[in-house]
Amino acid sequence: MSEEAPRAPGPGDDAPPVRARGLVKRYGDVLAVDHIDLNVQRGDVYGFLGPNGAGKTTTLRMALGLINPTEGSVELFGRDPLRSGARALEGVAGFVESPRFYPYLSGRKNLELLAALDGDGAGSRIEEVLDVVELAPRARHKVGGYSHGMRQRLAIAAALLRSPRLLILDEPATGLDPAGMRDMRELIRRLAGEGITVLLSSHQLPEVQELCDRVAIVDSGRVVYEGALGDLRRQGGVGYLLRTTDDARALEVARSHAGVERVVAGDHGLSFQAEEQVVGEFSLELAHSGVGILALTPEYATLEDLFFRLTEGGNGAKPQAVAIG
Amino acid sequence: MSSASATSPAAGVPGTGARAGAPGRRPFTWTVYRWELRKLVSQKRSYLGLALVVVLPLFFVVFQSVHQRHHDQGNIFAAQITQSGLATPVLMLLFLSAFLLPVVAALVAGDIIANEDGNGTLKTILTRSVDRGQVFAAKALAAMTYAALAVFLSAAVATAAGVASWGFHAVTTYSGTVVSAPEALLLVLAANAVYLIPLFTIASVGVLLSAATRNSAAAVVGTIGLVILLFIVAQIPGLEGIKPYLVTEQFQAWQGLLRTPTDWSPIAHSAWVCALYGVPALFAAYLVLLRRDVAGG
Repeated sequence: MSEEAPRAPGPGDDAPPVRARGLVKRYGDVLAVDHIDLNVQRGDVYGFLGPNGAGKTTTLRMALGLINPTEGSVELFGRDPLRSGARALEGVAGFVESPRFYPYLSGRKNLELLAALDGDGAGSRIEEVLDVVELAPRARHKVGGYSHGMRQRLAIAAALLRSPRLLILDEPATGLDPAGMRDMRELIRRLAGEGITVLLSSHQLPEVQELCDRVAIVDSGRVVYEGALGDLRRQGGVGYLLRTTDDARALEVARSHAGVERVVAGDHGLSFQAEEQVVGEFSLELAHSGVGILALTPEYATLEDLFFRLTEGGNGAKPQAVAIG
Repeated sequence: MSSASATSPAAGVPGTGARAGAPGRRPFTWTVYRWELRKLVSQKRSYLGLALVVVLPLFFVVFQSVHQRHHDQGNIFAAQITQSGLATPVLMLLFLSAFLLPVVAALVAGDIIANEDGNGTLKTILTRSVDRGQVFAAKALAAMTYAALAVFLSAAVATAAGVASWGFHAVTTYSGTVVSAPEALLLVLAANAVYLIPLFTIASVGVLLSAATRNSAAAVVGTIGLVILLFIVAQIPGLEGIKPYLVTEQFQAWQGLLRTPTDWSPIAHSAWVCALYGVPALFAAYLVLLRRDVAGG
């Protein structure tokens, strides 16, 4: 008897990897996800950001068909997990929250089990994926004795077994040491380079800034920004740091100059925001006022600045105790 | 091993070539079922119930053998036991069917879905290429398989120990007729098979509680509690009318096989009464697993 049933024809080539429309999840009075729209395109390395409790994991669980939306729909390569069941996950792999395995089975046995549930010859890739995550020497040990980092690596191996076209990773670097995080970034970059679309939910804003080309930022269950990371940073505006021979006089000039905004005097000079043309005019006025310019440095907003601005409505200053994820 | 080598980017990435994610062949439910059995085999607690149903018949036979050496065999019970080793599995089924075997079945049935919830592995298997219906069918079948294994293992041990102690001889049935040893062996087998009807019903309730409560302890205790409750209900004066419709009353239906001619009425009655409990329980469990959110882990 054959071990596997024939699969239905694959999803349409034109359908985007992830397309969510009006996604809502309500738990009693709590609105966990509030009409979220997502558009992950082929080849994207798509960052999914938001503070704790913003609804990221709930959204990812709905995308994987683990929980049912209260309203709206999500499609993976044109298939809704609610209607298509496991067929909607063809070409999709990943994990949400901490990856979980059977602690009483070895790493290899866990992969054998998951490969059996994948079908399609996934079992023949076990050695290969163990090598990729460098778990082969520990593959015979029970997962119950694995560290958190090893389980993360096993989860990546389990995802790669499925030969994914879309990889959904929820905090993949959690529990890894700096070198492990670096290797994880390299792997994600490499997978993306080989044409895999990656949907990455991460605590690590510098990691997202480094890896992702498009992002969605969610706050209180709503998407507050979705689009190209470059566009977001441009929207954030360009700030400047100015050091002069007379900062007090420069501050007076800055405050009176049209178009120079958010002027702040600090120990190391002035910071302000302005359009490029205004900066030129402002520098000339400083010279006319007898203020010598020692340094005028443009400062682009970081993803972290923008993240806090969008989720807390602040001015980009990093709060002392804000956990993101 | 240093986690510095967490995911070596130098190594090749499998499955990312031209065929990556291409539609292929999905696993049959048989594959999922086989892995459910392998999971049971790999868990020490699976052996606890089996150990009980093995040890008790052995203990009984050893105790009876020693006891008979020091006492006369004048009582009817001892005479029946020593007449043939094939009486032992019948007696053990009589003893174990009322409570121990249902408890053993509940241990696994109540745990089989809730355990995955507790460990967070339900989300792991539900994000592969198998549907929830396949996972449910495999788990329900595995729970039934375990219950059946417990019953037949107990019967096999009791038969082997009984025959070793008292021989492979003809047996007197409840009707007073004598059946040959080979025929008695077949009756033992059939009696245990008939006993599976109410036992599978208990296992079905266990699977339902396992899916609904998401808590192994609650599901196991709930299932055993239900058995105890039905026993109590059967003893309450004035409720005699509902007694024939209690699952626990079906535990002895197999005795119809040990009459001459065979009394099929308790077996048929048991079948439809158990279906009234078991089929809705399994269907409800399926719907619960199909529709519920997997939010743990």
